[in-house]
Amino acid sequence: MPEAPDTTATTKAGDVSKTPEGVLVAEAGPPPGKASSLWSDAWRDLRRKPKFVIPAIIILFLLFVAAFPSVFTSETPRLGDLTQHYLQKPELTHFFQPDWFGYDQQGRSIYARVVYGTRASVIIGISVTALVLVTGGIIGMLAGYFGGWIDAVLSRITDTFMGIPFMLGAMVVLVSFNARTEWVVILALAFLGWTTVARVMRGSVITIKQADYVQAARSLGAGTGRILLRHILPNAAAPVIVVAMVALGGYITAEATLSYLGIGLSDPAISWGGDINSARDQIRVAEHILIFPSIALSVTILSFLMLGDAVRDALDPKLR
Amino acid sequence: MADLGKSAGDREPILEVRNLVKHFPLTQGILFKKQIGAVKAVDDISFSLYRGETLGIVGESGCGKSTVAKLLMNLETPTSGEIFYKGEDISKLSGRALKAVRRNIQMVFQDPYTSLNPRMTVGDIIGEPFEIHPDVAPKGDRRRKVQELLEVVGLNPEYINRYAHQFSGGQRQRIGIARGLALNPEIIVCDEPVSALDVSVQAQVINLMDKLQKEFELSYLFIAHDLSIVRHISDRVGVMYLGKMAEIGSDTEIYDHPTHPYTQALLSAVPQADPEGRESRERIILTGDVPSPANPPSGCRFRTRCWKAQDRCAEEVPLLAVPERFRDSGGGAAHDSACHFAEEKDVVGAS
Amino acid sequence: MSIEPVEITPADAPGVPLLEVRDLHVEFHTREGAAHAVNGVSYTVDAGETLAVLGESGSGKSVTAQTIMGILDMPPGRITGGEILFRGQDMLKMSEAQRRKIRGNQIAMIFQDALSSLNPVLSVGFQLGEMFRVHRGASRKEAKAKAIELMDRVRIPAAKERVNDYPHQFSGGMRQRIMIAMALALEPDVIIADEPTTALDVTVQAQVMDLLAELQREHNMGLILITHDLGVVADVADKIAVMYAGRIVENAPVHELYKRPAHPYAKGLLESIPRLDLKGQELYAISGLPPSLTAVPSGCAFNPRCPLATDQCRTEVPPLVQVTEQDGTPITGRSSACHLWKETIHG
Repeated sequence: MPEAPDTTATTKAGDVSKTPEGVLVAEAGPPPGKASSLWSDAWRDLRRKPKFVIPAIIILFLLFVAAFPSVFTSETPRLGDLTQHYLQKPELTHFFQPDWFGYDQQGRSIYARVVYGTRASVIIGISVTALVLVTGGIIGMLAGYFGGWIDAVLSRITDTFMGIPFMLGAMVVLVSFNARTEWVVILALAFLGWTTVARVMRGSVITIKQADYVQAARSLGAGTGRILLRHILPNAAAPVIVVAMVALGGYITAEATLSYLGIGLSDPAISWGGDINSARDQIRVAEHILIFPSIALSVTILSFLMLGDAVRDALDPKLR
Repeated sequence: MADLGKSAGDREPILEVRNLVKHFPLTQGILFKKQIGAVKAVDDISFSLYRGETLGIVGESGCGKSTVAKLLMNLETPTSGEIFYKGEDISKLSGRALKAVRRNIQMVFQDPYTSLNPRMTVGDIIGEPFEIHPDVAPKGDRRRKVQELLEVVGLNPEYINRYAHQFSGGQRQRIGIARGLALNPEIIVCDEPVSALDVSVQAQVINLMDKLQKEFELSYLFIAHDLSIVRHISDRVGVMYLGKMAEIGSDTEIYDHPTHPYTQALLSAVPQADPEGRESRERIILTGDVPSPANPPSGCRFRTRCWKAQDRCAEEVPLLAVPERFRDSGGGAAHDSACHFAEEKDVVGAS
Repeated sequence: MSIEPVEITPADAPGVPLLEVRDLHVEFHTREGAAHAVNGVSYTVDAGETLAVLGESGSGKSVTAQTIMGILDMPPGRITGGEILFRGQDMLKMSEAQRRKIRGNQIAMIFQDALSSLNPVLSVGFQLGEMFRVHRGASRKEAKAKAIELMDRVRIPAAKERVNDYPHQFSGGMRQRIMIAMALALEPDVIIADEPTTALDVTVQAQVMDLLAELQREHNMGLILITHDLGVVADVADKIAVMYAGRIVENAPVHELYKRPAHPYAKGLLESIPRLDLKGQELYAISGLPPSLTAVPSGCAFNPRCPLATDQCRTEVPPLVQVTEQDGTPITGRSSACHLWKETIHG
């Protein structure tokens, strides 16, 4: 321990009281290290783990691509020149050139399409997760905290939604829309996806609301709002965040699958799933149309899954 | 402290509990709940607490002592009965009036590992009472107040930004005590405050609580199962069994002149930290376990384990009162005891 | 699977203790470095004798017991030295098969938490009988009869009717009795009880300790009682080993220790017990905290909390030395690991 065992507190406290000397002996010795919250402990743990660092770098890169696609290519992804580039093979040495990954059957640069397709995947993944966290989180928290008939009603609603098969439900919902923009897909996925988060949140709130520190806050006279926001939410959040991060990869998969089936994003939106779909017919002659969006999709999903896994390990060592 | 206890009779109690009952319903069914019984955690308990004194409550697990603490803290609503704080029934208060009363009754919890929010710093934990009751300390003053409190409980004020998990059990209990003191309460309900601590640290915390009591004129309701610690800190002691008060009196009355067979068995069962004469010490070994509070025995709750039990014990609930035969004796045995056949028995005479 | 009853060659030569731990060292690997949980611990227990190992959490008292039983988690634990001699044979040098024959058969353990030590999906009768089926090759019927007999022996009422009940249907005290029955099943020579009554109420604790003492007498077993409760120790122990930060700091027969401790830690613990004649006064309190095992103070581990500590205590680890009367005659069974044991015991 770097500092000398601390006894100053004792003598100072002794001034206040009139107790005989040396009777009130503080448990000397400062706790080792600096102030560290459980979050900062987790962060320190994470930042040394390749399992976290590698996907984190990839995801940061993906976010950058999604935000500024024009930095990576000057080519427009929707412009096709059939006369010159019909199914042209990739030039793997032409880094960041429009012909790097070759061209598709409409003469569009696959490289440009992969770059611009990032946006749909990332935005849909993150937005669905955020929406799911908010709606599922609130519903789960209310059900868990208040219990009684509120819990009974909310839990039955959750069960009902959980009974709907996720993909089938999403298809049924999306088919009824003609113009399926990103927002339509986001809302459809979130509409069906919030149940897991709600359940995890409810369970975690039920455990935590019985904790002594919640009782302590209540006996101080703390109101419901303070108890929920300061005591329950920060402690219940960890498992919910983990579930949501792992689910994020699933939402990206769902979007790609729906777009592949032709009921995800509709034209003119650019989606890796849609591009994989259009590669279907040419697969024997031009496999590159399929390969590059597939790689991009796999790397993205894998990164989010790995990140979620690493975060779970850091936040809940018991699960290891 | 002992002298305060003696004069307790002619003073107004600061807290008075009258016929307190708490039954937890046992229900069946999901949508249409049907009550099929009740756990009688606390069943008609009365006692008073005077200013500056410590009332110890002892009993085994399931006797209802922790439920009493929760009822006093208004963390549970009583099924019936009253809790008077300075003459006002606080068990039916809510909202603003309840919040005002809460300032004066605070609690120290048993487990220092679960009673502090792991996501908050020590400063946030001890400062929270001021945020809830902003009139106690002006905003700019709070940090200084928190540091003062840390000093009072013997912790370095520089630790204000540390998190609770960085401290050991004894230090955490000090933090819990500092939080309890923040609002300058008059009564502190202590639910097993040292039983989760290492032996060598328990004495430190007991001394601290003793010191604070004198300094701030606190009244303690001290709930514990360790009889020697309760004797050390208490002016009066109540013994609970299965939701009922079996016996209550001053510390010498209970420890030296117990008249209830359960108290006698409890005292004799406590291992003495002194091997001398351990072979010759008389011990009352009770048979069987404590019955379930959902289905307590009729009449006297203790009769199923009592060596004195007779037919009368099964039919008639013994009242908590000074037994008739001791009423005029004026000796140590003349205190409240809920037994039809109360008699003195020296069980700790060996020590 | 071994079926026939196991006979370990009795080495009951005079002078060979039933169980002896000799200079045991156990380390744990932690994020902060190696934690020396057990640091040169030696003790012995003979047939019919009760050794109490007294210490706080982190003193190494339970780790020593786990090492004897072979239930230490390795890794992160590691035995770095020492011997565990059962009737003179070193268990650490035995083959796994030999060791397994001793554990359970000759040495059994009782844990603090009976509920988590029993399998919740099997009836207690099945779990008790299993010992006989595995170790003695008993049939299902025989095993059940044996289980009932054992439950009778630990005085569980209506054993015949309750043999098919599950652990959760028993109360805490009854579950601890079942644990004792299980430990007794194969009539071991040594029982290690790790805080057997800590989770129980006082009136039930008295019942269980009584039962344990009686069974020990009946079967002339050695008992190692691991606890932090000075009251329980005073009630049942013959001799005591006081542990602090992975070492034994004092050995003494029970009456001697309570009368005149020879180590300031033991003395402090005894003085901090509330006493009748000191009511209303401050309790004596040992200052400070037990050390973290990754940062044990240099010299004597107790020196930062010791009222007597000198420079020697801060630099030099005190060896465990024989304690003598003032005139120099050694006191049987007493030793202390304190540079100032003379001052501590004699004044």
